[in-house]
Amino acid sequence: MLEAYLKNRLKEKEILLMTHIVLGYPTFDDSFNIIESMVNAGVDLMELQIPFSEPIADGPVILHANQKSLSRETTVQKCMDFAQKVTGAFDIPFLFMSYYNILFKYGVGRFTEAMAQSDIKGAIVPDLPPEEGRDYLDAMEKHNLVPIFIFSPTTPDDRMKYLASFGKGFIYCVARKGVTGVNTDFSNQLKKYLARCRKATDLPLALGFGVKEKKDVDFLKGEADIAVVGSQTIRLVDEEGVGAVGEFIKSLR
Amino acid sequence: MKDRGYYEGFGGAYLPEILIATFDELAEIFQKAKDDPVFWQEYVDIMSTYSCRPTPITFAENLTRHFGGARIYVKREDLNHTGAHKANNVMGQGLLVKRMGKSRVIAETGAGQHGVATATMAARFGFKCTIYMGEVDVRRQRPNVFWMERLGADVITVREGTRILKDAINEAFRDWVTNMDTTHYVLGTACGPHPFPEMVSFLQSIIGKEARRQILEKENRLPARIYACVGGGSNALGIFKAFLDDPVELVGVEAGGKGLDTGKHASRLCSQDASIGVAQGYKTYFLQDNDGQMKETHSVAAGLDYVGVSPILAQFAESGRIRFQAATDREVIDALSLTIRKEGLIPALESAHAFAQAFKEAPAMSKEDIILINQSGRGDKDIFTVADAFADPKWQEFIKEKAEEYHA
Repeated sequence: MLEAYLKNRLKEKEILLMTHIVLGYPTFDDSFNIIESMVNAGVDLMELQIPFSEPIADGPVILHANQKSLSRETTVQKCMDFAQKVTGAFDIPFLFMSYYNILFKYGVGRFTEAMAQSDIKGAIVPDLPPEEGRDYLDAMEKHNLVPIFIFSPTTPDDRMKYLASFGKGFIYCVARKGVTGVNTDFSNQLKKYLARCRKATDLPLALGFGVKEKKDVDFLKGEADIAVVGSQTIRLVDEEGVGAVGEFIKSLR
Repeated sequence: MKDRGYYEGFGGAYLPEILIATFDELAEIFQKAKDDPVFWQEYVDIMSTYSCRPTPITFAENLTRHFGGARIYVKREDLNHTGAHKANNVMGQGLLVKRMGKSRVIAETGAGQHGVATATMAARFGFKCTIYMGEVDVRRQRPNVFWMERLGADVITVREGTRILKDAINEAFRDWVTNMDTTHYVLGTACGPHPFPEMVSFLQSIIGKEARRQILEKENRLPARIYACVGGGSNALGIFKAFLDDPVELVGVEAGGKGLDTGKHASRLCSQDASIGVAQGYKTYFLQDNDGQMKETHSVAAGLDYVGVSPILAQFAESGRIRFQAATDREVIDALSLTIRKEGLIPALESAHAFAQAFKEAPAMSKEDIILINQSGRGDKDIFTVADAFADPKWQEFIKEKAEEYHA
């Protein structure tokens, strides 16, 4: 299971790295090459975002990647096929990230079945709180997939416990208010928040939103288990091309 | 949040975790206000002194004679301050903002009416104000942008996605997830996550409460049919709610755009192009493709040009309690033209959809029947769009001359 894999890796590494890419951006071939560079550079797990036309939790960088991917006729089916190819080629866990409508329209049962067949380990669905996700949780359970839930700085302690009771694998802790890809203040306040998250669950903690360089990752050592790098690699691909990804990832740890 | 705001499976609150606490607070404040008779009285007072409530109903004698069928009445929401029913929702939410102790409001706007209403409320209550508006709408509703800015609002042009109403909503949400401590999002219609559909239709229900009393006073009986245009659905729910238990046929009129078979429309409840989905925090019928990606919509009326529809209306569409129809851009322009000439009323292009459908049905109805049309807003704000639709040569000449003056 994902949790055991992560805990094993944590015996060897102070902090793990999870990266996030938008499928089909800039193209599916590029997506494949980016993944290859990331895996070779030592990334421990990855989120593959299936693009959606209304990604309300995402900031401009990921939003544009979603829109551009869709304008190049990325479909859910193409993402599924691509996922199968990727999990066959690389030996790290992959997760899907998308908004609930993508699962809902595909059919939650059919979607989770396809995930299991493609050896995708779990999913992050940022607009699906557990209260709305009964069908999803049942279907994920049925296929042994991990639903990743999200903590935020505005989440009260008792709700953190409530969310953790549904979560598996790890908890995704959002570093701050706001959308993805904006600067985060790596401060004592963030440490206090992570300590609060730690008290609410035994699951490993991933910290995402605004992680973009080595000093951010260093800051998180001992505070979180996984640093999540999302918008920054997409920005890098936009500015310097796919070739720059490997060096960047290596520079983070 | 205990009540998730479901209407026979439609609605809900599909929220990112960061906003859950904000919605819990809002739902609680709203519930308290709803249960508090003092709140409603405060609301009615402000609407009768700052706006023009109760708005009258007008007997459209000339149109009635013209069609030779049902007796046509018009509920005059255009006479609200800022020119549309939007003021009802906005002033009510403004009172809630005061109760929550927040200092800034944000809103999306399509036609600009909701943006102007929100900017007006913010000026009156002393709130900071930011309005998100799609680039396409900024271009077609420039006069409203002008007024929002004069009222002290920051108008942010949204260049993402289809650059219309839904994209403005997305951007407003992105602002809100950052600034929720100080900021309330004044959603303009009965859509979005719970409690918005319930809250907005509660505040708009003042329309139907008045209209029911007024028509009974005038005619001593209920109308046979009531017509309202449907974008998000707030003016329709506002007038329909008071008649739900009456033997009155309720007709919601969607934007048929260039025709339902062209794909260029915004009809969610009476076209084959829509299906149930989850976006912008709620479950309803959306104009989307098989993958769940939202489609482009089209309407001559910016305020109806939206991919989703109130979950409460989706419920009534399924149950059959409300009948849904679509009127095309062409039919709407014709209905608008006729209404202006016959009655001296200038409905907004949005509201003219309700008139267009009523005109299709009125001639076949009995002279004893009464129909009531909700004129949700006034149309003089649409002067650029309407002038284009009429291809008015004198107007074009004026615009050219005006442009030259600026060049000089």
